Amino acid sequence: MNDMFHVSASPHARSPITTRTIMQDVCIALIPASLFGIYNFGLRALLVILTTILACTVTEYVYCRLMKMKVNPGDYSDVVTGLLLALNLPASIPLWMAVLGGVFAILIVKMLYGGLGQNFMNPALAARVFLLISFPAQMSNFVVEKIASPTVLDYFNSGAVAIDGVTGATPLAAVKTGETVNLFQMFVGNHGGTIGETSALALLIGAGYLLYRRVISLRIPLTYIVTLVVFAIIFGGHGFDMNYLLGQVLGGGLILGAFYMATDYVTSPTSSIGQIVYGIFLGLLTGLFRIIGSGVEGVSYAIVIGNLVVPMIDKVTRPVAFGKERAKVEK
Amino acid sequence: MGKSTFLGGIHPFEGKEFTMDKPTTVLLPKGDLVFPMSQHIGAPAKPVVAVGDYVLVGQKIGEASGYISSNIISSVSGTVKAIEQRLVVSGKLVESIVIENDHEYKKIDGYGKERDYKKMSKEEIRNAVRDAGIVGLGGAGFPTDVKLSPKNENEIDYVIINGAECEPYLTSDYRLMMEEPEKIVGGLKIILSLFERAKGIIAIEDNKPEAVKKLQELTSAESNIEVHVVKTKYPQGGERQLVYATTGRKLNSKKLPADVGCIVNNVATAAAIYMAVAKSTPLTHRFITISGDAVNNPQNFNVLIGTDFSEIVEAAGGFKKQPEKIVFGGPMMGSAMYTYNIPVTKTSSALLGFLVDEAAVEESPCIRCGRCSEVCPMHLVPVQLATLGAHNEIERFVQLDGMDCCGCGSCSYICPARKGLTQQIIQTRNQVLASKKNA
Repeated sequence: MNDMFHVSASPHARSPITTRTIMQDVCIALIPASLFGIYNFGLRALLVILTTILACTVTEYVYCRLMKMKVNPGDYSDVVTGLLLALNLPASIPLWMAVLGGVFAILIVKMLYGGLGQNFMNPALAARVFLLISFPAQMSNFVVEKIASPTVLDYFNSGAVAIDGVTGATPLAAVKTGETVNLFQMFVGNHGGTIGETSALALLIGAGYLLYRRVISLRIPLTYIVTLVVFAIIFGGHGFDMNYLLGQVLGGGLILGAFYMATDYVTSPTSSIGQIVYGIFLGLLTGLFRIIGSGVEGVSYAIVIGNLVVPMIDKVTRPVAFGKERAKVEK
Repeated sequence: MGKSTFLGGIHPFEGKEFTMDKPTTVLLPKGDLVFPMSQHIGAPAKPVVAVGDYVLVGQKIGEASGYISSNIISSVSGTVKAIEQRLVVSGKLVESIVIENDHEYKKIDGYGKERDYKKMSKEEIRNAVRDAGIVGLGGAGFPTDVKLSPKNENEIDYVIINGAECEPYLTSDYRLMMEEPEKIVGGLKIILSLFERAKGIIAIEDNKPEAVKKLQELTSAESNIEVHVVKTKYPQGGERQLVYATTGRKLNSKKLPADVGCIVNNVATAAAIYMAVAKSTPLTHRFITISGDAVNNPQNFNVLIGTDFSEIVEAAGGFKKQPEKIVFGGPMMGSAMYTYNIPVTKTSSALLGFLVDEAAVEESPCIRCGRCSEVCPMHLVPVQLATLGAHNEIERFVQLDGMDCCGCGSCSYICPARKGLTQQIIQTRNQVLASKKNA
């Protein structure tokens, strides 16, 4: 028997959770929302999802090859970015725009800043904002028309092919003008919007899975949503009108943003207190954009701007070493 | 009082079920015994025997060479065969006395003589502990008599006996609590006699209910001894964590337990103190866990210090097949070695054979998940410290309390990017300590 064994410094045990399993969990958690998006908006939505995922993975692969870096060892982070980007796009978006978004997310936001873990903004959301600024019309075109017998080419054109019964205007716009909305419909998600944001139900099922697997905690999503609700009560002009308040929570990209984008490890604070501060900050920004500002939606902008203050939040909420005083740390 | 736990920590696979319910087997050595002169923190002992000398069980063969040092005691009778450099678990070659066992186990005069500690002075008790070569048997190996002689003797409020045994797989302390609990309680009473105002606490994790019951029964009549059940979590048995969990007092790298009125000793140390003081029996044997998925019959052995580990592995039925890794001590803080032809020392607690080396993984980039700082029992930000260490930014490393790392390994365990955080931090910490020494 050969007497030579592995030698390394302690510890010798490792948790079964790796970057790869975490990213896989996020993908699994997004399955209900993706399926509902496809059900709601038709195969066109599936096409957008596949396009952005492909755009993201290919961009990362090509970049790594060109830069002679080790090619991403299958940690699924590029798939998560692609999937999240698709869920933040309308089903009717021209596919070349979706590709552009995917390339922007990976190349500009992620890889040029140093790759996984180094980006200071959420790649998918930054790409969404980039597309929103570049193509405001296409990005807010939730009108989906049904073509009687679509050809393959129709699927690739803008203007989409989808099921009946989906109206163009998002319920959040109705909430904004003070109309009464059908909360049940909003909860289930049978209405217009981006592919993944419409069904709070599907998103919450996935969020429950992430909480169960301890991939995310409630700290950011809960403080985010609660802050927005408080903001809406104070400044919304409808007081405690539940229809208005729940409309704010269920409408637009809040659930998707709060549970899946604001909790992105790379672009959120690491300490518990920092995460609570961050959640409050996002809630205030979203309230400002949605309620005080003239826009309808505000989640994407809030999170992207929130990303910018994360390093500062991390700095001031650094934990104090056990058995030491706070004063020493602030020196 | 403490909250029975601390903030942070991890729940690794316990693996204690392989060995915890099996009674300990007494194992006598076949081959030569090897006694390294450095089995403790502090100056190595000096050999006081020469090659060819005949030695007895309980005879001092190495003498403490300073205040922080310890005697080395022979565990067998026989002839000194050699005094030479031998490999120890740290990977170093250490001057060692090799004794050829005559298997007669002839003892020195007065070995095993009953003594009443109540009639002994504090000085005599401390000297008995020192003569017996007792050091912290939990793994640190700090000379126990020094620990029992704090400057603020009258300010000690708690004597804590550490039976947490939070390291996965290890059950040697548990078996000791199950099989020789009266020795542990006896040792605690002796320590308490040194500190009149102190209260005794025996801390045990809640995954060992049988041991808790046993020690509670034994101490029910003692008004100043309490069995404190602490939460099962790694590193509950860490000195700073245990002091906090049982008393609520906080320690950092600049403080010793005595500075907050506590004296902490492992259960095996307490039992050794009892044997040394009340039974005139020096430290010559200890409980060793042989476990891990590569071992045929995982169990605990009561072995003589100086026994070669290969003999114990053989007694445990050998390996199923060639393990990838062998760890001496627990998987979290133990040392891996390329061979197991090394002697059992005072601080040995286990040999674990693993078919798969979990730590043989490739690092990937940090994804800022924050798990390392969430689990750090010292409330540090390990990934930041490791990065500072890797960039050799020593000043900032020290400023951000890098020196407070207790090396428990929780951050490396939990890191999904598989970063060697503990490894880097400890390396930098040792670098800082070394440069201080040289300055």
